Amino acid sequence: MALTLTHYLVLSFILFLVGIAGVLLRRNIIIVLMSLELIFNSVNISLAAFSYFLQNLNGTIFVVFSITIAAAEAAIGLAILVAVYRRRQTAYVDELDEMRG
Amino acid sequence: MPAGLNINFYAVMPEILVTALALIVLVLDLFIRKNKAALGWVSVIGLICILPFAAYTNEPYPVFGGTIIADSFSAFFNVIFIIAAIFTILISMDYLRKIGVDRGEYYHIILFATVGMMVMGAANDLINVYVGLELMALSFYILVAYRVKSSRSVEGALKYFVLGALSSGILLYGMSFAYGAAGSTNFMEIAGELGKGDNTYLTLGIILMAVGFGFKIAAVPFHMWSPDVYEGAPTPVTALLSVGSKAAAFAAFLRVFTAAFPAFQADWSSMLWIISAATMIFGAVVAISQRNIVRMLAYSSIAHAGIIMIGLIVFNDTGLAGVAYYLLVYAFMNMGAFTIVALFRNKGRFENIDEYKGLSTTRPLLAFLMALFLLSLAGIPPTGGFAAKFFILSAAIDAKYYWLASIGVVSTAISLFFYAKVIFYMYMKEPDPGAEIAPASGVIYNIVLFCTAVGTVFLGVYPAPFIDMAVKAVRPLLM
Repeated sequence: MALTLTHYLVLSFILFLVGIAGVLLRRNIIIVLMSLELIFNSVNISLAAFSYFLQNLNGTIFVVFSITIAAAEAAIGLAILVAVYRRRQTAYVDELDEMRG
Repeated sequence: MPAGLNINFYAVMPEILVTALALIVLVLDLFIRKNKAALGWVSVIGLICILPFAAYTNEPYPVFGGTIIADSFSAFFNVIFIIAAIFTILISMDYLRKIGVDRGEYYHIILFATVGMMVMGAANDLINVYVGLELMALSFYILVAYRVKSSRSVEGALKYFVLGALSSGILLYGMSFAYGAAGSTNFMEIAGELGKGDNTYLTLGIILMAVGFGFKIAAVPFHMWSPDVYEGAPTPVTALLSVGSKAAAFAAFLRVFTAAFPAFQADWSSMLWIISAATMIFGAVVAISQRNIVRMLAYSSIAHAGIIMIGLIVFNDTGLAGVAYYLLVYAFMNMGAFTIVALFRNKGRFENIDEYKGLSTTRPLLAFLMALFLLSLAGIPPTGGFAAKFFILSAAIDAKYYWLASIGVVSTAISLFFYAKVIFYMYMKEPDPGAEIAPASGVIYNIVLFCTAVGTVFLGVYPAPFIDMAVKAVRPLLM
């Protein structure tokens, strides 16, 4: 069976949903950061698939930019996580509730 | 991709100059060991020199293979971003010393955030919008976490990071569908491909991109991050976040939706109608119950975002010009209000509205200016806030959006209540005996307050030339 655009899009959609669910439901910040990476990578699959099936290079260029930015984003996210852990001795989202209202 | 790349460095000169300034500041940081405020002055003087370039760079043709367009629209927004950055840096110098993190890279990161905003305003391609947005957002994640010793600052930064990254992921997913539907990332080529054949992907793309931008402008129901982040961040950063980041997100929002998706205007405007109405009402109602002044201003800025969105929904030249004009006025009035908050807020003092009790007797001038900025935010004539609200709401009525205009008026009336509460505390109540007296404003604060107050009043008393500028600025969007 030949793989079509739909297969790739369905794969990317499933990964995207898993990522969103991870960000919204998991309590551990490390898992949340991993879920964010999952979202970005699901988008990369979708862009690359469109790029391949449309025979157009813009999408591939977009993927290169998005991977670079996702790397920078992960670095900053981990730095903030370290700062949070030093202040609060916790890596769980639901314990970060000093501000509300 | 069009033939001829049309490489024109003059069109991106403001971006290049601000980038160069940021790098100069980074290198100077190595040599200036003690007085880091000097770097702030270098940045301010540099930005003032760049301002004329930003205002007059006007090449209304897409350059660099159609990815960048430096037209009157991006020039108008560049001026807003640079003015906001100048005010922010001026009030930061004293503030950083006060909180004990007087470091050089702060100014470097603010300048890079400004570059990101400028790229968003000038982008004519989905890739550029995304890169500019991330440059701005990544800089802001660092800036929000800048008070590393404060657990509120890092908590706010983490919330901002997780929700900001989630929203840019959603935006990016939407962009991938828009690209897949049109076969191009260029706005004009996307607009040219519209309506040919199946539009399922494009509809998905438009919805997801509206969600992504909704996060950045803090529209309901994607606003949850903004009060916590505004409260946790260093106050000058909060000011830049509420003025610059919102203006940049609106600039990109306008550009993408008018240049790439004009054919779907009826669809996306009915979707944005609901978001705008919810944002206006929710922001104004929740702000009433806030005790913390920064959270109050955060919810007020949510309500303002809803009113600004009306201009995009109306989608004619007065509506879009209203967006640009509103954001210009907002830069002055909100910056002024946050300058006073940044001056007072120190070590847990002056967090709550009731601590502004009796300010008119201890600091009469500052109380008067705070009242001026708050009345402008509430939309009382003869301030700029009134002119902007009037302009945008009359555009809505002209275009027969009566319900939306009515909701805007109701939201304005509700918001008068919580702005007036602060003025009531300042003027009608006696200060608590033995309470700490509010700090006096130094020379730099006086300069910033003078400029913002003059801007706020002048834009309200004599708005005609600036409205003309705003109308000219949005003309390229409607071609």
